[in-house]
Parts: sequence; C-alpha cells; structure tokens
Amino acid sequence: MSTFEFLLQGLGTAMQPMILLYALIGVTLGTAVGVLPGIGPALTVALLLPVTYGLDPAGSLIMFAGIYYGGMYGGSTTSILLNTPGESASIVTALEGNRMAKAGRGGPALATAAIGSFVAGLLATLALAFLAPHIVKLALVFGPREYFALMMLAFVTVSAAFGESTLKGLTSLFIGLGLATIGIDSLTGQARMAFGVPQLLDGIEVTTLAVALFALGECLFVAAQTHGLDDKVEAIKGSVRMTAADWRRSWPAWLRGTAIGFPIGAMPAGGADIASFLSYGTEKRMSKHPDEFGHGAIEGVAGPEAANNAAAAGTLVPLLTLGLPTTATAAIMLAGFQQFGLQPGPLLFATAPQLVWGLIASLLIANVMLIVLNLPLIRFWVLLLRIPRPWLYAGILMFATLGTIGVNPSAVELSMLLIFGFLGYGLRLYGYPIAPVVVGLILGPMAEQQLRRALAIAQGDWTTLVATPLSAILLGIATLALIVPMILRLRGKGQVLTQIAGDSD
Amino acid sequence: MTGHPGTGRRPDGAAFIIAAGLAIFGAVLLWDATSLPQDGGYAGIGPAAMPKVIGWGLIVLAAATGFQGLKTRVADVPRQNPVPLLLIGGGVAAQIALLHVTGFAFATSILFGATAAAFGKRNLFLTLPLGFALAFGIYGIFDGLLQLNLPGGPLETLVYGG
Repeated sequence: MSTFEFLLQGLGTAMQPMILLYALIGVTLGTAVGVLPGIGPALTVALLLPVTYGLDPAGSLIMFAGIYYGGMYGGSTTSILLNTPGESASIVTALEGNRMAKAGRGGPALATAAIGSFVAGLLATLALAFLAPHIVKLALVFGPREYFALMMLAFVTVSAAFGESTLKGLTSLFIGLGLATIGIDSLTGQARMAFGVPQLLDGIEVTTLAVALFALGECLFVAAQTHGLDDKVEAIKGSVRMTAADWRRSWPAWLRGTAIGFPIGAMPAGGADIASFLSYGTEKRMSKHPDEFGHGAIEGVAGPEAANNAAAAGTLVPLLTLGLPTTATAAIMLAGFQQFGLQPGPLLFATAPQLVWGLIASLLIANVMLIVLNLPLIRFWVLLLRIPRPWLYAGILMFATLGTIGVNPSAVELSMLLIFGFLGYGLRLYGYPIAPVVVGLILGPMAEQQLRRALAIAQGDWTTLVATPLSAILLGIATLALIVPMILRLRGKGQVLTQIAGDSD
Repeated sequence: MTGHPGTGRRPDGAAFIIAAGLAIFGAVLLWDATSLPQDGGYAGIGPAAMPKVIGWGLIVLAAATGFQGLKTRVADVPRQNPVPLLLIGGGVAAQIALLHVTGFAFATSILFGATAAAFGKRNLFLTLPLGFALAFGIYGIFDGLLQLNLPGGPLETLVYGG
C-alpha cells in the first residue's frame, strides 16, 4: 500500500468518536500547559503516563502527541502577552511578540503565531507521513552498531552541542546515565546500584524523574527567588485580524520556518528551541525591514513559531521510525509507548500500522482543532495567566505527586521524587540543562544494550563499531558535534550557542 | 584564585560542592561495579563495564568542574530564599510520612497548604480545607474511574468504598 492509502486508513481510525475525544483532550490540555508558565509538554505527558495505564493505547498516545503539538501553540500566547515563555521553544517569540503586544499589536502577533503553527504543523505532519516509510526501510538494515552510533549522536546533540557550556551539558548527561545503571542489567540479570533495596531493582521510573525535575524542581526554583517576577499581562487590544501587509510578510516566514524546523527536529539535532532560534536569525537576515527587529517585527514571530511546531513534528520521525527520542518530551512519549508494551521502531509500522497511521493522521486533525482553540478562543486562554501563583503551583504539585503515587505508592519512590526535586532545583540554579538527564536515563540502557550486542556479534572486536560506512559517519558526526562547539567556545564565539540553549522541552 | 571582578566574592564554593557530589556519585558507581561479575562473555564487556565508564566519566567531569571553579563562577546565582524551599520540601516529606497513615487526601492537603504558603498564601484555615476538598475529589475520580491505586485512609474508604 502507498503512503497515501495508509494515511487515508489512518484518518479512518482517527475519525472514530473516542479517538477524536482523546485528541481534543490532548490539544486542550496541551494548549493550557503551553500557556501556563512553568509547566511544559514534557511534564504534562509525564504526569498523564500513570493515569493512562488503564486506557486505550492508541487513544492515549494520540492524546500525548496532541499535548506536544498543543504546548507548542500555547507557548506563544504567554511569550507574546507576558514576556515569559510558556515553554522553552517560545523564548524567541517573546523577543518580537512582546514588543508587538506592547505596541498594541498583540492581536496580529497571536494570529500570525497561531496560523503559522497551523501551516507548519500541517506541512510537517505530511512530511512526517511521507518520510517515515523511507526511514523505516532504511532502518531495517540498521544493526546494533548503527543504533549505537545514532544514540551517541543523540547524546552529543542533546547535551554538548548547544547551550552555555559543554561541561555542564555533559555533566547533566552523565548524571542521567549514572541514574540509568540503577536496577537489573537487562542482558545478564545482574542487580546494579541497588544496595539491597528491592524497590531499586526496577530502576528509576522515567515518570518519577521527569516529574521531580520539571515540576518539583521548577516550583522550588520559582518559590525561592527573593526578587519578585515581573508579571504584566498585556491586554489584547483591538482585533486579532491581520492586515494584508501582515499576511504578505508572514507567509514566507511561515514557510521558511517550516523548512528550517522540520529537518532539525527530524535529525537527532536537538529540539524545537534550536529550530526557533535559527529561524529567528534567518528572518532577521532576510527581512526587508531589518530596522523593525527588536521593535516588534511580525516575521520574528511568524518564523520561529512555525519552526518550533515543525520541529515538534520532526522529532516524531526518529521517535516513531527508530525508537530514538531526541527531546525530553519525546523521551517521555517513548516511555508511554513502552508502558503499553509497544516498541517504536521499524517493526511497529509492520505490527501495528493502524496505531502508527492513526497517530499520524490524528495529528492532522489535532492541528485543525488547535487553530480553532487558539484563534477564536484566545481570550479564554489569556484568563489562565491570571491564576494566582500559590494556587497554580499548589495544584501542580498535587498532580505531580498524584502521578508518582499512582505508579507506585511506596515511600522509596516518593523519597526519590523529593531528592530529584532538589536535584532539579540545583540544576536550574547553577544553569545545568535538564533535558540531558531525562534523555540519558531513557537512552542510556538502550545504548549500552546495543553496544554490548554489537560487540557480542563481533566477538569483542571494537573495530566493528566503525566497520560500516553509516556507523562510521554517524560516529564521526557525533565527534565533530562534540569538539567543534568546544573550540568555538574556547575562541570566545560561544554566545550564539548559549542563546540556542535547549532548556526543558 | 578570585572570581570574576564584580561577580564573585570568593573562589567559587559552589563549584567545589558540585564537583564533590559528582565525584562521590562516580566513586559509588565504581565501587558497585567491583561487586559485579567481571566476565565479559562474547562481547568482552559485561555488566560492570558501563558503570565503570560512567563512573570514571563523572570523576573526570568533577575534576573539570573543580578546576573551572578556581577561575570562574559556575553561574551568577541570585540570592535564594530558603523558607519556601523548606516549606515545599517539608510538605512533600509530610505527604510521604502521612500517606499510608491518613490516606491520600489528608496527606496531600498538607502538601497543598505548604506549597501555597511557600508562594505567600499563609492562611492555613483556607488552604488546608481547600486542598483536602480537591485531593478528596481527585481521589474519587482517579481511584474510581481510572483505576489508579491510591492509598486510601478511613474517610476515603468510608465514602468511596474499599
């Protein structure tokens, strides 16, 4: 069957009333958490994982993907009206968007962000649908050494390639890798780092770590700041309608943003934040109105918003076709698949085509739902920004602990939540990135398994790792991605990399 | 040995504490790896190999962090208020301690009140009952409808059944 037929079949699955309901819940929740500062899609999916144990797998996964897409839409609202990004991929949107809002053009800024997200989400989801079968074919020739090389590349790009310092990124990654060794070794059954505590034999739940680092860590960090945070919500003045000139200037920016965002998401090259930053730089260079940048240029909102949505769709390519998560949200979604006994990868396209294609098709539908939620109903979402902080964070912590208690109501699990919460606070305080810890925890054991399998096949011969061109090239790129930024930083050219820092989602 | 002019008051203590933490974590990994079978099988590397690599990696990172701490600060950290940290940390600790004694709703209401207090709502007569009502409702929804296994106390069992 061709991609087109699969997609039509997927649409059939996605149009079932129950699936539509899951998608609607997902996009609504996603928009809400995107709008609320302090919680992002990664945390929300982590919180919902235990809640969905008893639910339909396809529906739950569609809901998670809806949250991911919705978070990307909702984040722009907070950036534009509050100048505090609702999630990390919207940092750049705040640069121009908040200026536009201050100048009374908040309406068109929100509109170009929402329509740009729609255009990008639509194109990138279609690109995902047509690209995925080809990657699946390619992935069939992948052996353990190729997977190992891919994971090395993912480790480097998530931790060391971007951000303030290679040292901090690698430190975060190694904390994650170290935590990942806790539990039973999957190849030999040996208990590692368990110290006789039976609850540690299962290893550390991704849910617990993500909830602790993102929810508890964030709450502690926000609460401990002595200086008040500036929280001025800009009112949406006038209409959200864009003028003809706005449309003319937004169109190319949306398309360029999509073209930048999708490949960055699809290659293990980091998440939506990097895409949105690169798009902003491109728009600034290509603009016919460079003087407007910094004072509310509409291209500076349109491009990055399109880019971060396209990148979110792009991240689903390695996740679905290779089982390789490249962002924190994707890592937690992978845990979601595993919770239902599904292993994303080339086999999933053969064993559960309805699920995969239903998921991809429902993303197209979710996109339509999101534009409706985010354009006509935008004034409703702005109300969320007025929830007083004590209630907001008390509520977040209530749900955060609920998730962990739901998985495993043991004192050990909750103590881990508390310890990792303070770890998350410390990481935030000293500027260590969070995503590498989560990605390290979930990818670490997978990389170890692939390495040991590859070496076992080659009877312990280490040169097997570079014996095929593909694995050699991947490892080469990974090495370059580690070394080149280090040299750039040493030569004092690191500011650019700092600005592209991947933060949390 | 002094930090950046204007930013640091003294050599960066935080860097050394972070370095020490990383080194201890690395050392624990290495120590635990010695008790694992060293036999590598066909692959030549067994279950002890990866913890060793990660352990040494952490120790190298610790050394690099400490070395950098001699020259620059880890980060410019604004002054932190310890009271909210204690309140939220204590709230979670209280929830852990009370969870199996009083049940989900009461234990969680303590956390709710403590968090609200940490963010400036210190009126416990308002926040505790509100937290209890919310947590009680959530217990009903999640334990009843979504089959999540939450520890119930006397009141939960009375209202929602065992």
